[in-house]
Amino acid sequence: MLGRRRALAVADTHGGIRSLHSLPGHYGLYTAIWVGLPAVFLLFIWKSLEPTILTELVTRGLPAQIRELPPERVGLIMNDVKNLVAGNIVSGEVSPEISSAAEHWNSLEKTMRLAGALFIIGLAALGLLFGYRMVRPDLRARNRVEGVVKAFLIGCSTIAIFTTVGIVLSVLFESIRFFRAVPITEFLFGLEWSPQIALRADQVGGSGAFGAVPLFAGTLLIAGIAMVVAAPVGLMTAIYLSEYAPRSVRGVAKPLLEILAGIPTVVYGFFAALVVAPEIRKFGEALGLTVASESALAAGLVMGVMIIPFVSSLSDDVINAVPQSMRDGAYALGATKSETTRQVIVPAALPGIVGGLLLAVSRAIGETMIVVMAAGLAANLTANPLEAVTTVTVQIVTLLVGDQEFDSPKTLAAFALGLVLFVVTLILNIIALTVVRKYREQYE
Amino acid sequence: MSNTSKPNDPGGPAPPSIQRAMDKVNASLPSRYGAEKRFRIYGLLSVIVGILFLTILLTSIFAKGYTAFRQTFVTLDVYMDPAIIDPEGNRDPETLRLANYNSLIRNSLREIFPELTGRSERRKLSALVSNGAPFELQNRVMDDPSLIGQELSMAFPASADVDMLIKGKIDRSVPEDQRRLSDAQIGWIDTLREDGVLHTRWNRALLTNGDSRDPEMAGIWGAVKGSFYMLVVTLALSFPIGVAAAVYLEEFAPRNRWTDLIEININNLAAVPSIVFGLLGLAVFLNFFGMPRSAPLVGGLVLTVMTLPTVIISGRAALTSVPPSIREAALGMGASKMQTTFHHVFPLALPGMLTGTIIGMARALGESAPLLMIGMVAFIVDVPQGFTDPATALPVQIYLWADAPERAFVERTSAAIMVLLAFLIVMNGAAIYLRRRFERRW
Repeated sequence: MLGRRRALAVADTHGGIRSLHSLPGHYGLYTAIWVGLPAVFLLFIWKSLEPTILTELVTRGLPAQIRELPPERVGLIMNDVKNLVAGNIVSGEVSPEISSAAEHWNSLEKTMRLAGALFIIGLAALGLLFGYRMVRPDLRARNRVEGVVKAFLIGCSTIAIFTTVGIVLSVLFESIRFFRAVPITEFLFGLEWSPQIALRADQVGGSGAFGAVPLFAGTLLIAGIAMVVAAPVGLMTAIYLSEYAPRSVRGVAKPLLEILAGIPTVVYGFFAALVVAPEIRKFGEALGLTVASESALAAGLVMGVMIIPFVSSLSDDVINAVPQSMRDGAYALGATKSETTRQVIVPAALPGIVGGLLLAVSRAIGETMIVVMAAGLAANLTANPLEAVTTVTVQIVTLLVGDQEFDSPKTLAAFALGLVLFVVTLILNIIALTVVRKYREQYE
Repeated sequence: MSNTSKPNDPGGPAPPSIQRAMDKVNASLPSRYGAEKRFRIYGLLSVIVGILFLTILLTSIFAKGYTAFRQTFVTLDVYMDPAIIDPEGNRDPETLRLANYNSLIRNSLREIFPELTGRSERRKLSALVSNGAPFELQNRVMDDPSLIGQELSMAFPASADVDMLIKGKIDRSVPEDQRRLSDAQIGWIDTLREDGVLHTRWNRALLTNGDSRDPEMAGIWGAVKGSFYMLVVTLALSFPIGVAAAVYLEEFAPRNRWTDLIEININNLAAVPSIVFGLLGLAVFLNFFGMPRSAPLVGGLVLTVMTLPTVIISGRAALTSVPPSIREAALGMGASKMQTTFHHVFPLALPGMLTGTIIGMARALGESAPLLMIGMVAFIVDVPQGFTDPATALPVQIYLWADAPERAFVERTSAAIMVLLAFLIVMNGAAIYLRRRFERRW
């Protein structure tokens, strides 16, 4: 605002508003950027440094005999001080040193807050002054403002890269620590999985076996069952809806199927565990089969239903992308509709369909809630869909939910599993996305 | 096949070779038409399978869940004995808080069944009323100390087992030792019911309470609020960042390796399993930055990272649908690239972007796997009051309740699912409305 007025004022002395390089509003924004950016930047730095500086200062203020203790003890005492400041329950008695330190902390914090606020306001004022002085008719305010905005836009667009880097780094580092404890070959090819490790030396407990093959097999089994359900049903749905169904049916059925895609996975999990699994068990027992109550079949079936709309909407897209001329050509040769579909459209759309199916497999492998709620925990190496198997995602959840120290191989194993999951889905996704893209370009 | 004769000779009889071919075709026609019909039926069947499954899913959840919205209450005439609540008579809040309200309720229950004297019988009798009842009484008295000394008629939630029996979910024909309620208890319940002491009514606790170990006291309000805080964080971050990224990639970015890399990244992130984002949150936000566990703030950050690709992709689609003529007109009037984008293109693309964002938010609301990773599965009774209070989210609450062994939690889980689905329907409805209202065909 000030900058805008100043710009108008300056313009007056320099022969009217037309001599300004940019719109008055740009000068205003320019000044605002000078006021805001450095101050906000400083605020962040200040906020992130404040606790460290405070701790350091208060530690210095502690009596000498405490400061001479080993660093861990000092850390513990400082924790007590912080707890006291925050009004939490302190472990043990409150000694006078600690309470005086807490008071010291409080007073220091107040001064630091005040100093910080003054500092930041000062910087903002400086920025204001500087920006104000800079406002001259020949200042390219618009270009500079736009430069800042563009920098912001670029920053936002790189977040996707930072996310990927963050995922890779966080998973990779913990995995490397894990592979130091457990050799990578044992992890990838071992046949036994029992991550329970005795916490104390004298405790009875497993020695811990981290062979992930049963998990991979279980994941593939459940994902396979899901695909057996989802691939034909999804594909036929797409074919029917795009080739056969009258407009009215399509208008009703498509949104209904999309509801299936919008239902949260936790709901599917509940449904699989409480409705489907008991039914399958009852049915199996009627046939004289022994069915585990957490059978792979129940989880796989429900997961397949969840993926149906995913498969069908992807296949729908690729089928619609097949040029009408190919259909017309087939009809002209006397082919029936189903012959056209099976022998012309599906082969033509095959790369796209395969790409879509690969994406669906990647979803099935990474799906968590359904298997957590409906599949088992025991790592069985079996291909029988009626038995309970466990999956990679289930193990990640069970290893990481609850309290445990962060350094044990048990927790780190979850990150190693996460790494495998990430790499496998990444490969599937990249293949699928390239195939689909190539295919689209072919007909465009 | 002969090459000399003309196949389509009008009028004349078809040459024998053609005739043979025609016969072959005609003979194959029934089976071909049959195949056609079958194929068509397969298609129809798969559509029906999908829709049938949807119906089964929804009806089974509704059938299980609707009963949770009603709850059995026991109306008791409680004598607010001053000797028990406030023996010194000074109405000190601390004394009122610590008083033994449980014995008041027990006493009034015993008045109904004076013939019961045995200890175990009495204990069984008081098990009919919820463990949460004394707290409700406590709250009443704390709010209005003048009630002390009076006789108060108040409806307390019955315990979950009583509720299940009244709703017909405990089978009376099962032998006594396999049942949660003994024969004597069932007898008392029937007497109470005939006397009109037991009745069912609207279950307010389900919507207004936090979590609880007692099904009859458990509610989803804490989880709803946790989800709300999380979505606020997600919306506040993912909308501006996503829109900015979409605008940059669609309007400004030069076509080079760097932007290609960004694009591939975004497309990939959209297909990364959600649990991996949870691992990211655990390693980066919790362990590296030391943010509080179980906080909606961290949950919101993780969901932001997860929904950003969706928002960016839909934002870009909205921007591409704005015709280039608009840009050219603005540029032709001397606007800068930035002015063109923000004054002309962006407002036209905004509805599309909002639609994409709402759909992304709906996905975030239903997501639970990454939240398990960052400690939002804790059992939290208090309703969160801010972004850093420990909280849980609605889908995670469903997961927790689905794991609870009590029979009464099944119907509550289904009810929570119904609430979650209602929220999702509202959000998706809003997205569809926006699309219909502002959609422009160029």
